[in-house]
Amino acid sequence: MSYIDPHIHMVSRTTDDYRRMALSGCVAITEPAFWAGYDRSSPQGFYDYFQQLTHTEPARAAQYGINHHCWLCINPKEAEDPGFAREVMALIPEFLACDTVLGIGEIGLNKNSKNEMAILEEHLAFAQQHDQLVLVHTPHLEDKRKGTFLIMDAIANTTLNPGRVLIDHVEEHTVRDVLDRGFWAGMTLYPETKCTPQRAADIIEMHGTERLWMNSAGDWGDSDPLAVPKAIVEMRRRGHSAETIRQATLENPKTFLGQSPRFKPGDA
Amino acid sequence: MSESRPNNPMSRTSVIDEYFLDHRAKLLDIAAFLDRVDRAPGDAAEDFRMRAFRNALALLDDGSSERARRVLESMSDQTTELIDVAPGKGACGTPPPEGPGA
Ligand SMILES: [Zn+2]
Repeated sequence: MSYIDPHIHMVSRTTDDYRRMALSGCVAITEPAFWAGYDRSSPQGFYDYFQQLTHTEPARAAQYGINHHCWLCINPKEAEDPGFAREVMALIPEFLACDTVLGIGEIGLNKNSKNEMAILEEHLAFAQQHDQLVLVHTPHLEDKRKGTFLIMDAIANTTLNPGRVLIDHVEEHTVRDVLDRGFWAGMTLYPETKCTPQRAADIIEMHGTERLWMNSAGDWGDSDPLAVPKAIVEMRRRGHSAETIRQATLENPKTFLGQSPRFKPGDA
Repeated sequence: MSESRPNNPMSRTSVIDEYFLDHRAKLLDIAAFLDRVDRAPGDAAEDFRMRAFRNALALLDDGSSERARRVLESMSDQTTELIDVAPGKGACGTPPPEGPGA
């Protein structure tokens, strides 16, 4: 079964992961700009990272028949220094011209601080001005619920259409509000700390497949680039129809991402 | 189009058949963790994380549904104001008693 992993950090993964993803049916991925596990010491570090996202990774993915796309921003974990963050944001317009860039992301909040919010609002204004899709990171653990609401309120203060914004890393306590406010929602299948394939299937059973997708958010930490196919196996094991599974893991990403004419869903 | 809210196609007995052993093991993990905390020197009962953990455990058997949502809410920061400065990048899993900005 073909699937799309709409949130994975391939700069942190090996070529062997691309091979295994392709063998598991992955036809397209999107890679948001994020924190590398350490703070970059200069905007030049981000310039190189944006080059990697827009040039190196698409070429690496293409070797396995996977269409690679990306999102650009400075992530909230490096947004506590607004001067530095603005220097990085000034690099984005140059890269927006690249034909695999789908929008702005993953922006959002991490510790729900004033500086993080200021930079989030500037990213939202930029997305609005350049008519870009938006992919949102929500905080983890005890900060998620508060951060998700603050982010949705900040977006409500713009003219961005919620149907062009995906709010990621939803869990049982945030998914309903995100969907009710008209946003798309992403479930992240981290093996330990986040949603498991079992819980993702439960959430689909409770909240439906409309505007909901799942992703691995595979990165340099404890994560699994094959999390989406494992969730497919879990849903099959429960007896869900091929149509339901296809909706959550292929058609929904195609519909949301297809709002950018640059998105190439692959052979699916 | 697919059905928008697909019910779990499994019967209650099948759900239990399929998942009981796995979650029996997870239950034992929790039991052993609580024993480990008790055995360790120090005043673990006062740790705010353990207080939150025990509160959440009580939710599991209070007879109401939506346990996962309620456990997550019980371990969520309930404040609504932005904090002045991020104290670091990490989170500890449940709100610290001194508040989110500390
Ligand atoms: Zn990410």
